[in-house]
Amino acid sequence: MNPVNYLYLAALLFTIGATGVLIRRNAIVVFMCVELMLNACNLAFVAFSRMHGNLDGQIIAFFTMVVAAAEVVVGLAIIVSLFRSRHSASVDDASLMKL
Amino acid sequence: MDNLIALLVAAPLLGAAVLLCGGRRLDAVGHWIGTVLAAASFVIGAVLFADMLGKDAEHRAVGQHLFSWIPVEGFQADVAFQLDQLSMTFVLLITGVGSLIHVYSIGYMEHDERRRRFFGYLNLFLAAMLLLVLADNYLLLYVGWEGVGLASYLLIGFWQHKPSAATAAKKAFLVNRVGDLGLSIAIMLMFTTFGTFAFGPVLEATGETGEGTLTAIGLMLLLAACGKSAQVPLQSWLGDAMEGPTPVSALIHAATMVTAGVYLIVRSGEIFNAAPDAQLVTTVVGAVTLLFGAIVGCAKDDIKKALAGSTMSQIGYMILAAGLGPIGYVFAIMHLVTHGFFKAGLFLGAGSVMHGMNDEVDMRRYGGLRKYMPVTFVTFGLGYLAIIGFPGLSGFFSKDKIIEAAFAKGGTEGWILGSVALLGAAVTAFYMTRVMLMTFFGEKRWQPDERGNEPHPHESPKSMTIPMVVLAFGSVFAGGFFGVGDRFVHWLEPVTEHTHGHPPIGATAVTLSTVTVMVVGVGLAYLLYGRRPVPAVAPRGSLLTRAARRDLLQDDFNHVVLVRGGEHLTRSLVYVDHTLVDGVVNGTAASMGGLSGRLRKLQNGYARSYAVSMFGGAALLIAATLLMRAV
Amino acid sequence: MSFPLLTATAALPAIGAIATAAVPAARRTAAKWLALLVSLATLALAVVVLVRFDPDGDRYQLTESHSWIKDFGVRYELGVDGIAVALIALTALLIPFVILAGWHDADPLETRSSRWRPTQGFFALILAVEAMVIISFEATDVFLFYIFFEAMLIPMYFLIGGFGDRAHAGSDEHAAAQRSYAAVKFLLYNLAGGLIMLAAVIGLYVVAGNFSLQEIAAARADGSLDMATNTERWLFLGFFFAFAVKAPLWPLHTWLPNAMGESTAPVAVLITAVVDKVGTFAMLRFCLQLFPEASEWATPAILVLALISIIYGALLAVGQRDIKRLVAYASISHFGFIIMGIFAMTSQGQSGATLYMVNHGISTAALMLVAGFLISRRGSRLIADYGGVQKVAPVLAGTFLVGSLATLSLPGLAPFVSEFLVLVGTFARYPVIGIIATFGIVLAALYTLVLYQRTMTGPVKPEVSAMPDLKVRELVVVAPLIALLIVLGVYPKPLTDIVNPAVEQTMSDVQKTDPKPDVEAAK
Repeated sequence: MNPVNYLYLAALLFTIGATGVLIRRNAIVVFMCVELMLNACNLAFVAFSRMHGNLDGQIIAFFTMVVAAAEVVVGLAIIVSLFRSRHSASVDDASLMKL
Repeated sequence: MDNLIALLVAAPLLGAAVLLCGGRRLDAVGHWIGTVLAAASFVIGAVLFADMLGKDAEHRAVGQHLFSWIPVEGFQADVAFQLDQLSMTFVLLITGVGSLIHVYSIGYMEHDERRRRFFGYLNLFLAAMLLLVLADNYLLLYVGWEGVGLASYLLIGFWQHKPSAATAAKKAFLVNRVGDLGLSIAIMLMFTTFGTFAFGPVLEATGETGEGTLTAIGLMLLLAACGKSAQVPLQSWLGDAMEGPTPVSALIHAATMVTAGVYLIVRSGEIFNAAPDAQLVTTVVGAVTLLFGAIVGCAKDDIKKALAGSTMSQIGYMILAAGLGPIGYVFAIMHLVTHGFFKAGLFLGAGSVMHGMNDEVDMRRYGGLRKYMPVTFVTFGLGYLAIIGFPGLSGFFSKDKIIEAAFAKGGTEGWILGSVALLGAAVTAFYMTRVMLMTFFGEKRWQPDERGNEPHPHESPKSMTIPMVVLAFGSVFAGGFFGVGDRFVHWLEPVTEHTHGHPPIGATAVTLSTVTVMVVGVGLAYLLYGRRPVPAVAPRGSLLTRAARRDLLQDDFNHVVLVRGGEHLTRSLVYVDHTLVDGVVNGTAASMGGLSGRLRKLQNGYARSYAVSMFGGAALLIAATLLMRAV
Repeated sequence: MSFPLLTATAALPAIGAIATAAVPAARRTAAKWLALLVSLATLALAVVVLVRFDPDGDRYQLTESHSWIKDFGVRYELGVDGIAVALIALTALLIPFVILAGWHDADPLETRSSRWRPTQGFFALILAVEAMVIISFEATDVFLFYIFFEAMLIPMYFLIGGFGDRAHAGSDEHAAAQRSYAAVKFLLYNLAGGLIMLAAVIGLYVVAGNFSLQEIAAARADGSLDMATNTERWLFLGFFFAFAVKAPLWPLHTWLPNAMGESTAPVAVLITAVVDKVGTFAMLRFCLQLFPEASEWATPAILVLALISIIYGALLAVGQRDIKRLVAYASISHFGFIIMGIFAMTSQGQSGATLYMVNHGISTAALMLVAGFLISRRGSRLIADYGGVQKVAPVLAGTFLVGSLATLSLPGLAPFVSEFLVLVGTFARYPVIGIIATFGIVLAALYTLVLYQRTMTGPVKPEVSAMPDLKVRELVVVAPLIALLIVLGVYPKPLTDIVNPAVEQTMSDVQKTDPKPDVEAAK
């Protein structure tokens, strides 16, 4: 199968993720969209790894997964505590830092 | 002996310093300190004079170098004095008349609580005036020149609580500053032309430069002289200067300071000799002023202002003579000295009249005072005879010589100048007779003032009458002493040069016509003011009289052109500075503020919009990279 | 190694500033005395510098040199020539008078407890300004100079904005708004100038490879450092712009009337008599030495701007209704004379300009401080609120008159010497400009005498009838200044002896010789 198709899929997933980040207000959804973008990148890395015949891309993909896992830990904790204090998961409500 | 020269200046300067810094402790003795130091200066002057007479004419000029004043590369200004016959004449006049007026002021200012300060200013004036005539270079002369201006400013405005006095003082200083402009530029021209501004080197080198430069220097010096000597077009301050105490008018605005312009021109004789155009302008200025002052003098009812017009006119004679060149220099100075005597005497007489009349100055409220103040009447009368050129008295000798020299100038010029001078002599006789008749003759016209105080005319104290007597003595005999046997000519000749002029109609004819016009003037005045009573309120008068009462509209002209114009200019400049120059600055600041206000809106606090800009930026970067690759 | 005299002269007031600021809040008087003593000690050090300086010796004396930022070739280099010595002496001389005159300016107000006036801060800031100004006069490293040239804005900003004039016509809020406007305007104007200069300083480094004034000037003189004409001109303009803002030169002057009007009289003296002198000094030292050809190129334009400053400043002074703003515009006129003297490129002009800096400092200090005493008595800055003061306070009026006469350059007082030298020097090369500038002396008489007439003469206004005359402290401030004006007017030789050799050096830097008198030239 042509590896380029995997890249198309990755680009599609990335775009869906980016759009979600930009237009959704629910922090959980935004967060999931970020994960989607990360995974789109992972897919692209793996696809390139296959195309070029070396393992660099796959190694990077592992790194990304680790970082994503760490991000989930921190990010979800923030969202949960935000929800507890404000009873809302909307990103627009968290505007205390705004002048 | 030469080292005494500095003491001449130092004595009154010390007096000024002590009196002005001494404070109230010196109030009781201040006037004596001032008078003694002025007299000391006169004594030193007399000693130096005796010493000078002991030498032969060619070696009389002496000098004293004190210290280097402003030493800068290529620019050498020294504090150094030069005492020659010309300076000596002035030294004796200044310290002599000055000392007399100090004595007079003791009585005149007796009831003024600020008398100590008055004497301090008088001493300051003497020091500055002596510096002016003793300086051996133009820059040091400039110091004295401004110093007398300052003293004049302080003394005109001595009664500062009167707004009119303060305004007159300021006006005098400002008009003089315009003249100083001329002196500054003249000195700068000398510096760039000759590399120096000391009298000796400059006057010796006049042959080495072109006539154009010398004319420019001469005209600038003339401008300076016009300012100080109240000549047209800078004459407007002298009448107002009469706001000052009368001794000041006598000393500064009659006998000494106002004649500094004549000194300057005579001192710079070599420059003027080589610049005929400048000389011509000088004679014209002198001729115009002598008529101008005489006409103004005819119309004034204020005794001091009438005398001020007369002063202006008499100095016009001197400037005219100085503009004639070597045929006139000596006579300019001679008239200056005799004028110093009789005009100071006349002013002191006027002061004595005012002293007895509760400071009334309006001659229409005098009348018949000869019975009440005999000494004043006699001394004033002798001064009057001297100034109108009564044969045998001082003014006759000096004025006659000037008229003679004016005719001797030759050509149409000579005729015009001579006729103007002759006409001036007639007008002089007219207005002085008018002053005399209105003040001392006729019926008494004074009335009680608003508070019901009726003046009780009385003779002034001894301290005032003695100086008047001395000056009257000078008014009678000085001219004869100088004129007979050309004594004064021989005295000054080594400094100013002298060529004898020959008027086309003969000297005797000139003298005869002078006496004739004088008699005509006196007679006319007698018809108008002696034969019939003088109205206590001034009649409306002809157009010329009304114009002359307003000093021939000089102030109206100045007011419209300079004051009004200047006010508009400064006001619009203040506006421009605020709106335009500052507006650009504030506008820049405001537009910066506006721009940042708009940019601030981008920072709306929504994470999404930041994300958009991130994505957008990333997309742009990628696009740019791809584009670069493609190209 | 010899004693670092120049560092000590600058460091002493700096240390004094810190010490003064550290005095506990309650001991206000102690802080004042400390500041005064420090300023007097600095004056003593400045006198030592003056004595140790040998006018006929090397160009830069008492030099110190240490490496500072090696990577950029920045050095801590100090050295003084005759011009710098004169100005250091002026600065050190004026500060004690400024402190003494401002003795009560920063006292807490009884009526308004909310506005706490930190006395210690006021005097510490004055000393800080002194330290920075002195080191600016001493620095021979361009970067070092730049740092202190800019840094002095900070204490000045607080002095203007924090300690304004109490005599204000409007409400307290209005006064505070005016004050902060003036302070911000001062800061922004000067920062803008400084920023452009920073670019030029960096540019100079790129071209020359180091910051040392002496090295660059020497390299320029012997031709080993060649700048492209355009580069030199741009760099010159960058430097000149900053100095022209500080000096200030028309049309960059509008901050000065605001700053001087809103600050207290001693601070106004600090601005115009001390801080602004750094600008004109730097023109002489940096613009002419580093960029001689560009200086010559710009001369006509600068002379015209200076001429406009002279006439324009004087005319605006005539139109002012506020005493302090009047003095400010008069200063603009005088700075025009200084800049004209510098760029006339004659010995007389430049000697005159240097003397002018010193004399203007003294005369403005005398006039402004007496005006400050007057204003503090009546509580108003408007000329129209006064009248007849001469009658009730003759000593105050007398000193005010002497200050006015000095401002109009009366012969016999110090400013005359310098003004005449500047005029002669300018006239020798540019007669027309010299003649027009001479009209400035008439205008100067106009604005000073009108000011004197309106405030001091005439009938006594009821509001001033109880005005006390000068107190001892105030007399101690004014009398020495007046004495100096007279002494330097009669015998300026000691000063010219110090200044002349330095001016000759500068003249040879720009490769100019004085025009010969016509009579000699014709031979």
